[in-house]
Amino acid sequence: MDGVIGFFADLGPNFQLLLDRSPQIIEGVRVTVLATVLGALLALLIAFVFGIAQLSKAAVVRWVARIFVEFFRGTSLVVQLFWLFFVLPQLPYPLGFRLDPLLVAVLALGLNYGAYAAEVVRGSINSVPKGQYEALSALSISPARGMVRVIIPQAWALMIPSLSNLWIQLLKGSAIVGSITLYDLFFQVEQVRDRTGTWFAYLFALLAYFLIAWVIVVIMNALEVRAKHSIGRGPALREAWRSLFRPPGGKTAEGGLA
Amino acid sequence: MPENTPHLEFRDVTKSFGGNTVLNDLNFTVGTGERVTLIGPSGSGKTTILRLVMTLEELTGGYIDLGGNPLQYEERGGRRMRVPDRQRRRTTQQVGMVFQHFNLFPNMTVMENIVEAPIHVMGLKKAEAEAKAEALLDKVGMAWKKDARPSQLSGGQQQRVAIARALAMDPEVLLLDEVTSALDPEQVGEVLAVLQDIAAETDISMLIVTHEMQFARDVSDRVMMFDQGSIVEEGEPDKIFSDPSHQRTQDFLRAVL
Repeated sequence: MDGVIGFFADLGPNFQLLLDRSPQIIEGVRVTVLATVLGALLALLIAFVFGIAQLSKAAVVRWVARIFVEFFRGTSLVVQLFWLFFVLPQLPYPLGFRLDPLLVAVLALGLNYGAYAAEVVRGSINSVPKGQYEALSALSISPARGMVRVIIPQAWALMIPSLSNLWIQLLKGSAIVGSITLYDLFFQVEQVRDRTGTWFAYLFALLAYFLIAWVIVVIMNALEVRAKHSIGRGPALREAWRSLFRPPGGKTAEGGLA
Repeated sequence: MPENTPHLEFRDVTKSFGGNTVLNDLNFTVGTGERVTLIGPSGSGKTTILRLVMTLEELTGGYIDLGGNPLQYEERGGRRMRVPDRQRRRTTQQVGMVFQHFNLFPNMTVMENIVEAPIHVMGLKKAEAEAKAEALLDKVGMAWKKDARPSQLSGGQQQRVAIARALAMDPEVLLLDEVTSALDPEQVGEVLAVLQDIAAETDISMLIVTHEMQFARDVSDRVMMFDQGSIVEEGEPDKIFSDPSHQRTQDFLRAVL
């Protein structure tokens, strides 16, 4: 039975089925979380490298970074995934090699979302007040050291809300990795669907992704509170832990805009 | 008394932003240990002069020499050559600047703000830099706040820390860019008092832009009146403030005093 009536009629057996399949479901969650976390770490690395490279004094470096960002931002994640998984192994030696599906997923997610995040990093660095750059210059601190010690710590606080959004998008974007034989959460839900009906299966999928996204929100809120506190805005994390559970984009603990 | 050797020399300096000429063929020198105050209406190019010395702005034409060394451009074989960034940074190491908006680093404590450059630019040992910072903080009356963040300080306190931070680099030239303009009135006095002490106790050359005429009168050896990118008149503070010879100066002083 399917449809909304079937959903309620079969609620008991469906939960039983879910319980029976819990080892596979948990394995799916593990794969999704792994791809999401590793993909995000790669994306962060790429974002910093290419975000900062776009601010380089050398025009060549700026252009290479620009082309990279535009390419990976402008091409579809699914196509990138399929390229890495299906086309790459067919390329002539020495280019052709077959990669592990998880590695392909992490690479594609990292490259795609890293390109978006590079723009966030670049924008945040540009948003640090000009006076900070001038103070660095007045103290003869080299641009590289100033970037690490003064500019990035301030830009970091500015970029977290946007990075938080991107990370959640990356999580949801990861639901297509089943098509390259990586058995993630969504793939495992698909496996129970023909027995539980679409209502039950996809409602479960909604909830499961929402819960993972919520964990991401809490982690990023904590990072944001900490980063803001470190530049003298807002309370310390231990005083403001309640604000971690607010939705992104809400008000901060002291009432200012996040 | 200030010596007569030029410490800072502007030769034929021109600065334009787009098509707008802010400084026009400017020539002047600041002697070693001399305190020179620039006064004049807003937009007359005073702050631009300080920013050129700090190399925060690029010269459009002419030359600035600091202690005999070219700062931004030099003349070689009859051609005007740009001084490379690294060499510019080395030369400007002798120059300290205090800004209107303090520009302390908000992610560092007061102590960290002060020791960052002495440790990583001058190569001082951490303990050495901290001892020196402590002494400077003591001088500006901020030692009790050395572990505070800039955001926990009032404007006047932040500016006093910024002064200590500039002095920690042992500058030979100190640029003061409207250092009290962003402060609440009751905090102006504490900052000016600190600067007056420093002026009295050291022989650092100073180039000052301020709207505090009494302060200018107290610390300056020479006052230069600017208007529209040129020097209208210059002289000892008593002369300029009591008996200005130029009509433009008289009008300006009547408006601000």
